[in-house]
Amino acid sequence: MSEKTYPAYAHPLWRRLLLSREAAVIALVVIISMWGYSNIPYFGDTLTLTYLLLDMTTILLIALPMTLVIITGEIDLSVASVVGLSSALVGLLHEHGLGMAASCLAALVVGLVCGAFNGFLVAYVGLPSLAVTIGTLALYRGIAVGLLGTTAVTDFPTGWTDQAATIIGATGIPTVMILFLVLAVVFILLLHFSPFGRGIYDIGLSSEAAQFSGVDVKRTKLLLFVFTGVVSALAGIYFTLRYGSARGDNATGLELQVIAAVLLGGVSIFGGRGKLPGVIAGVLLIGVISSALRLEGVTVNVINIIIGLLLVLSVLSTSVLAWVSDVAARRSRGKAPSQTPAGVASQ
Amino acid sequence: MPTLTRRSAMVAAAGVSVALALTGCSKASTDSGSSGSGSATNAAKALNIVFIPKNLGNPYFDASDAGGKKAVEALGGTYSQVGPQTASPDAQVQYINTAAQQHASAIVISANDPKAIGSALTQAKQSGTKVVTFDSDTDPQYRDIFVNQASPDGIAKAQVDGIAKQIGDSGEIAILSAAANATNQNAWIALMKEDLTKDHPNVKLVDTVYGNDDDQTSFDKTAALLQTHPNLKGIISPTTVGIAAAARYLSTSKEKGKVALTGLGTPNQMRKYVKDGTVKEFYLWNPTDLGYLAAYAAAALAKGEITGKEGDSFTAGTLGDYKVGADGVVLLGDPTAFNAANIDKFDF
Repeated sequence: MSEKTYPAYAHPLWRRLLLSREAAVIALVVIISMWGYSNIPYFGDTLTLTYLLLDMTTILLIALPMTLVIITGEIDLSVASVVGLSSALVGLLHEHGLGMAASCLAALVVGLVCGAFNGFLVAYVGLPSLAVTIGTLALYRGIAVGLLGTTAVTDFPTGWTDQAATIIGATGIPTVMILFLVLAVVFILLLHFSPFGRGIYDIGLSSEAAQFSGVDVKRTKLLLFVFTGVVSALAGIYFTLRYGSARGDNATGLELQVIAAVLLGGVSIFGGRGKLPGVIAGVLLIGVISSALRLEGVTVNVINIIIGLLLVLSVLSTSVLAWVSDVAARRSRGKAPSQTPAGVASQ
Repeated sequence: MPTLTRRSAMVAAAGVSVALALTGCSKASTDSGSSGSGSATNAAKALNIVFIPKNLGNPYFDASDAGGKKAVEALGGTYSQVGPQTASPDAQVQYINTAAQQHASAIVISANDPKAIGSALTQAKQSGTKVVTFDSDTDPQYRDIFVNQASPDGIAKAQVDGIAKQIGDSGEIAILSAAANATNQNAWIALMKEDLTKDHPNVKLVDTVYGNDDDQTSFDKTAALLQTHPNLKGIISPTTVGIAAAARYLSTSKEKGKVALTGLGTPNQMRKYVKDGTVKEFYLWNPTDLGYLAAYAAAALAKGEITGKEGDSFTAGTLGDYKVGADGVVLLGDPTAFNAANIDKFDF
């Protein structure tokens, strides 16, 4: 349809999909899984899949709204602190006799308020999200640790905690994946198939242009921060139940793992580019690499080095590609002003 | 058009090179892992003990795990040490799961949370892996044995007897603690008070101050203590941060050598203050012995020699015979005293 308008779309859809960043990440997940399956003892067990998904669930959940936030060119560093706050709150309220359902609901509401506070400061006061969420990272974590101190609340009803680790039949897939899938579908529809989602990309490419073309930039940003707040609180509830332990310091440092996975999945840190399937594959890629290397007895430092290098390579590949195609475009058009293909917004 | 062909070629090339880079990494680990996979298949039969410290790169756990390694190798088993970079329970769970999946004979772990790693440990036990905790325990139902470094009574008594000996069993002393609400500190201080009234009636505890396990606060509180109590003859600091800060203050003050200082400290932190005469003797359990004992307990469980019930006994190499107490607790023994004569033998 748009083949004639945009040079980048000169190839059919299947070919564009096959050569996309998302496809590369998904291919890597498949290649490494297949290699691990035949080379690493115990990697082929369904238990590997179970543990991998259970370990990555919190990151998978938060990566969904985080992707939308990063595509607008903003960032939310306070997510792990909201996880901790939600965990501490569920523990504290439950300890004081409130039912589990009510405690969880209260945690979700607090997550919403935390997100709205971030969103208000970023969208309506106009402060940079990096600065705002570094502040709330400390603020929310401080409140979380203040609520419970150094103690942990652990006396949760076993019905709830057991539920957090149940498996669907003999598949090895944790039941919590259903919750993730539902949220993933909602966020994919929102980002890739709705006017709201197109507005998100527009903001990422140019906030002003988006404003002029009728996107409510402020409201969109506010909503996205509310989404990260609520989903982080949900992840905090899951985290608490999965480990049966509510602590203010739960999930410390998780925000960087989430952002690393989002970037690995092909989202540009400058906004405007990226797709959710790629991000989900990015999270799984980190999970597959870590669990394969752990089973091989590789130490955590080496695992981190490999994932770090992979991340640098993936970011580098985007920049190098943009630069190469920019140079190529200049050459082929002689001295005409360069025009970057739509798919690769140069930074 | 040529631009685009070139571009897609570049994308493909980049994709392939990333894939190659990865398989390159993977290849390397296959080679190093092929010997490991051989031993993993024999794991069900051979003794294979996995140490999981609170975090890697911590000198205390390097010392304890060195003891574990010595013991496992003496028993002819395979020793490995895995663990997270930061001391968080969720990261430990991943390593417990991996060890259980590999059917390790036993896991020896210092728990980052008494409950959060519980379900992972239970699963490991169900798949036949024995579980020994050391240094930090979980709730008793999640492990077979807890190797306790020292009993609160032993810790309190060693420090009280130590300071009494150094000041001639009479005079004023004070305590420099960590945080005012630190559970273990307060338990020890209560026991110290009992020991003082019972065994050392002439030693008078005049003050307890809190340095919050912060170096500067502990340093300042030490200075304040000496000003408020001019007749002070000794200070007990049952925290490694406190004793080091107090020693640093005393070593440059005029009270050096006149006011005795003891407590719980690590040899590496305290070495120079012992050598310059500020501190005569301080105490701590020996982490290397702790790891050594934990490894022997794990091996005894794995071989089926003991089950971890009260009254079971086993031999822990050069440390001698041990008995399992109530709740599956094995006690390492009295704290080790560190002084000028032996401090150079320790590195943690």
